[in-house]
Amino acid sequence: MSAAEAVSNMEFKDYYKVLGVERSASDDEIKKAFRRLARKHHPDINKAPDAQSRMQELNEANEVLRDKEKRAAYDRVGQGAQGGQAFRPPPGWDSGFEFSGRPDAFGDGADHSAFFEALFGAARRNGAGGRSGQSSDERRASRGQDHHAKIVVPLEDSFQGATRQITLHSPEMDAEGNVALRERTLQVGIPKGIRAGQQIRLAGQGSAGFAEGPRGDLYLEVEFAPHARWRVDGRDVHSTLRVAPWEAALGATVDVPTPDGTVEMNVPAGSQTGRKLRLRGRGIPGKTSGDFYVMLELVLPPAIDEKARAAYRQMALDLAFDPRVSLGADE
Amino acid sequence: MNIDIASVAIGVCLIDEHALELEAFAAACGTEVHFVRLLVDEGLVQPVALQPTWRFGGEELARVRRICRLQRDFEANLQSVAVMLDLIDEIERLRAQLQRAGIAAS
Repeated sequence: MSAAEAVSNMEFKDYYKVLGVERSASDDEIKKAFRRLARKHHPDINKAPDAQSRMQELNEANEVLRDKEKRAAYDRVGQGAQGGQAFRPPPGWDSGFEFSGRPDAFGDGADHSAFFEALFGAARRNGAGGRSGQSSDERRASRGQDHHAKIVVPLEDSFQGATRQITLHSPEMDAEGNVALRERTLQVGIPKGIRAGQQIRLAGQGSAGFAEGPRGDLYLEVEFAPHARWRVDGRDVHSTLRVAPWEAALGATVDVPTPDGTVEMNVPAGSQTGRKLRLRGRGIPGKTSGDFYVMLELVLPPAIDEKARAAYRQMALDLAFDPRVSLGADE
Repeated sequence: MNIDIASVAIGVCLIDEHALELEAFAAACGTEVHFVRLLVDEGLVQPVALQPTWRFGGEELARVRRICRLQRDFEANLQSVAVMLDLIDEIERLRAQLQRAGIAAS
């Protein structure tokens, strides 16, 4: 199960290529290219699984190329480098540059790649106007970044509670200012009764603080894995149950599989396909538990042998049943 | 790459008594208290509890972060963001309906 956005290896990122512009592109061309691609790839609009990582790249490219100082620094360090190549910033590469943009438009370091962090992370941590080359004792103590990630769990976890393992990758800076990818494995308790869209907060599991500052927090947004039989709507769970014609016609007690185990349910006599039955309180548990809905689907026995065909013929003779009478088809 | 194998991390679900108060909520969203107040005033976000103090849950956290993303990435004003949110909500509602009807939404 992967949670936090995996950060790729430290490769040189060609921000011009990301935006599809020439290295000589004007501010206006960069702005237009960013806007066009953002409309297409924004993860709030585009449901493709890679939309978030595409948007992260676009934002980084935009952040760097639309800022005069950052663009100049990037152009200098990137001379001759190709996108995708292994990359290590030369020591002291940024001396002489002063990054005066907002320290972090978002308070969200997890939105940046290791490549970006290595180039501009120090400036961001030091705050607006901070010179990235200043020594560590001049840096203010600050709280580490919060991280936000998704965790996909089976629906059953919300009924029984569970412990799930997640692996997080995040770029972290050591005391010397080097950025390394750090992989962490966490066991996370999934509380009973949790619903899709809710968040689990793990205090102190975000990025390390800076200069003795406290660690940030980790927020995990819960999502249920798709299930072949169950569909979730808030607290309620919906399912379809196949029944035989005689069970629907005469009424029956049937076993219904629910995320909390098998439950007996009465099918009332005279039921048709599409009838919805409710098992009250059998949805997601909580102070107000949800309900479990069962939609009946009548399934005919196949007329594959003489015995079955005889039974159907006998029914046709005995029942004088016209399913189309209500449509006026007999007139 | 450094690898740590950590023990079980105990998290809390941001709901009921663990829902966040205004200041902590704004910090978790990576924004300012006055911006959250503005979103509540404009009807874009509603606290899950009003008394004795405002409290916000996980769904509101995701919503405010989405508002910030839309504002930043499209340089959109709040009114435009409000329209986008309504449309996104509507699409998600329709997708869920399709799914319940057994029709996969692409």
